Amino acid sequence: MSFALTDDQRQLADSIARFLDDKYAFDARRRIMAEDRGWSPAIWAEFAELGWLALPIAEEHGGLGGTTVDLALMMEHFGRSLVVEPFVASVVLGAETIARADEAKATELLPAVAEGKMTLALAHGEPTSRYDLSRVGTTAAPDGKGGWRLSGHKAVVLHGDSADRLIVSARTGGAEADRDGITLFLVDSAIAGVTRRPYPTIDGLRGADVILDDVSVSGDAVLGPVGGAFDVLEPVIDRACVALSAEAVGAMGATVQLTAEYMKTREQFGRPLGSFQVLQHRAVEMLSASEFARALCYRAAGAMDATFGAERSRAASAIKAEIGRAGKMIGEEAVQLHGGMGMTNEMAVGHYFKRLRIIDTSFGNAAHHLRRFATLG
Amino acid sequence: MEIVLSPEDEAFRQEVRGFLAEKLPPDIAKKTANGFRLAKDDHVRWQKILHARGWMAPNWPAEHGGTGWTPMRKHIFDEECALAGAPMVIPFGVTMVAPVIMKFGNDEQKARFLPRILSSEDWWCQGYSEPGSGSDLASLRTKAVLDGDHYVVNGQKTWTTLAQHADWMFTLVRTADTGKRQEGITFLLIDMKTPGVSVTPITTIDGGVEINSVFLDDVRVPVANRIGDEDQGWTYAKYLLGHERTSIAAVGRSKAQLRKLKAIARAEMSDGRPLIEDGDFARRLAQIEIDLLALESLVLRTLYAESAGKDPGPEASFLKIKGTEVQQGLTELLMEAIGPYAAPFQPEAFREDGWNEEPVGPDYGPALAPLYFNWRKASIYGGSNEIQKNIIAKMVLGL
Ligand SMILES: Cc1cc2nc3c(=O)[nH]c(=O)nc-3n(C[C@H](O)[C@H](O)[C@H](O)COP(=O)(O)OP(=O)(O)OC[C@H]3O[C@@H](n4cnc5c(N)ncnc54)[C@H](O)[C@@H]3O)c2cc1C
Repeated sequence: MSFALTDDQRQLADSIARFLDDKYAFDARRRIMAEDRGWSPAIWAEFAELGWLALPIAEEHGGLGGTTVDLALMMEHFGRSLVVEPFVASVVLGAETIARADEAKATELLPAVAEGKMTLALAHGEPTSRYDLSRVGTTAAPDGKGGWRLSGHKAVVLHGDSADRLIVSARTGGAEADRDGITLFLVDSAIAGVTRRPYPTIDGLRGADVILDDVSVSGDAVLGPVGGAFDVLEPVIDRACVALSAEAVGAMGATVQLTAEYMKTREQFGRPLGSFQVLQHRAVEMLSASEFARALCYRAAGAMDATFGAERSRAASAIKAEIGRAGKMIGEEAVQLHGGMGMTNEMAVGHYFKRLRIIDTSFGNAAHHLRRFATLG
Repeated sequence: MEIVLSPEDEAFRQEVRGFLAEKLPPDIAKKTANGFRLAKDDHVRWQKILHARGWMAPNWPAEHGGTGWTPMRKHIFDEECALAGAPMVIPFGVTMVAPVIMKFGNDEQKARFLPRILSSEDWWCQGYSEPGSGSDLASLRTKAVLDGDHYVVNGQKTWTTLAQHADWMFTLVRTADTGKRQEGITFLLIDMKTPGVSVTPITTIDGGVEINSVFLDDVRVPVANRIGDEDQGWTYAKYLLGHERTSIAAVGRSKAQLRKLKAIARAEMSDGRPLIEDGDFARRLAQIEIDLLALESLVLRTLYAESAGKDPGPEASFLKIKGTEVQQGLTELLMEAIGPYAAPFQPEAFREDGWNEEPVGPDYGPALAPLYFNWRKASIYGGSNEIQKNIIAKMVLGL
């Protein structure tokens, strides 16, 4: 892997930064979150226009064929601006799952995803599955006419409230925690038997629990091999972990910067907070954690495209564990160093803190990934 | 490692338990157990029940209506109340301003304010902090100018907890600009209904509204509402701060929280087993429990020294730091225990006036992530944990 960005990558990063600085300042974000869907269709259309939705999608599927490092660069900027649009749900999880599962479906559907005309969400986790990817209790039974009937409860589906299509995992064989016997289905979110319970998330995004009550789908709804979804999902979620980590890296960087600025301007005892050595050292610890996490993150991003199997999974777990720990420390310290101001919803710092903590609870927290890293080693 | 109680204290514990079983309104206990927000009326209702039993003011001397309990009994009482799900008694009146009024107020002030604090007729708030004066409280700028038999007060207080419910605010104001900053501060009691007082809510990161800005615009405060002497308020305030710090350790409440955490960790599943059997989680839970035992031990030691007439002194700062660390650690594990269900934000599921629908995820889930975020406040308020360390370094270690 290379540790330097290419000219193209630098240009990409600059253009994302410019766009977000212009359109996604903290107040603008607040207005965007107040829209019906909790995100902005207009901004989404611009993302599509700029080719960002297409970036990580393969060229043969209507995308630009970007690398995971490209994706990480974009996510880092999204983290810096706390972007709330359904990019992770629709592109990083949705499009990638279809691409890995089913070539024909990918060719058919992903151009619309890349153009922002269709949004996807991955409905995989369940109320008691926590971070265990193979634990699927939702069932799919053949209906005898070539179709399937799905029943179950999918928990905390990121942007599942607004997605046009849901990618639902269900058990077609094996026991509840078996890796074999999980199958993916593409389900129109508006069909009979699908109930969505939507909510905002505490970090400012949207999601839903999805209840499937004897939902009837045709045989054509199956994505990829029957019973073989685990091998599709694991690499998708590993890459999503890296993408979320890159987002966290962006959020951490912004948090450290905001805190340092606050420490320069806030005075107590007749001097800036930043003049107290004990606080300087704590700010340095924050910066240090953020820089190490950034370095590891791009290494893990490189590994997503260059390695396979356990080595690739270890890379994903390494960075996800790292940003879980660093994000918690940086977020908590930032609030503490802001004093009462850090506790208010008016300040950006609390919003970064919340996003960082919820990223940790998404697809495995630090403890989970530490254990996975150790087990895979 | 339970503390072995004397037969008399054990009997007292049973008496408290019996009282709570009989008198604590089940609707209130349920709200506290589930981490719901409490309405003003919930607090007042409970405090009036305590008052009727004569147990509203364990920290007051008997002559003013206190209980005259030993430190051990106070501790037993706090713990039993917390474990039964009784609301925390709002400290601003009974724990914070009352001792100041008793020690530095005049007879008229004692007669006027103390009974109404005891009976919870008056709700108090603490108006110390200002936008420019937090850790450096002595830099406060809210100004009071004498005009006949009134002070005219102008300025802004902020972070004022539950000021939206308050009838009265005890506050520090500047009455002199010369000399040492600490010497020009006066302790005033302000009736919140006075013209010129306005309260604006501040939303915190958990979405709650428990703190406020209090704007004071030409507020006329009778000189009769001044505690002690003009310009001497800092001395009175410092007396109060020690009281704030021992009660902030909140051992009983942390024990109740620990019990709740264990129940949730038994109900939640991880890799097909109860979360409480997960080695990593179990170890972290054990560490918090040990920290809590150590905290309780030091709290009891301090309370005993206090009952022997020794001021808690700078050691109280240890209790504040460890107490809040334990509280925060517990909220952290509570949030972690529900895994991905930390994300859904469903404040309606724990609002004051109840909700008729089922939340998404487990019943106990919606309150937990907000609790974690909200509780970051504990290392900031009551003298931040950094300031406590400064105090210990200077006063205990002599650095
Ligand atoms: C939820 C909540 C409720 C509150 N309720 C009340 C209330 O009811 N009434 C009231 O009067 N106040 C209340 N406060 C205010 C509280 O007392 C102050 O927030 C606190 O004193 C810190 O002041 P500050 O917020 O201005 O932070 P600052 O003083 O600006 O401090 C910012 C950071 O710098 C650190 N720092 C400052 N000086 C030093 C130093 N010399 N050495 C090392 N570190 C330092 C602090 O520890 C903190 O981490 C409340 C605060 C909160 C968050």
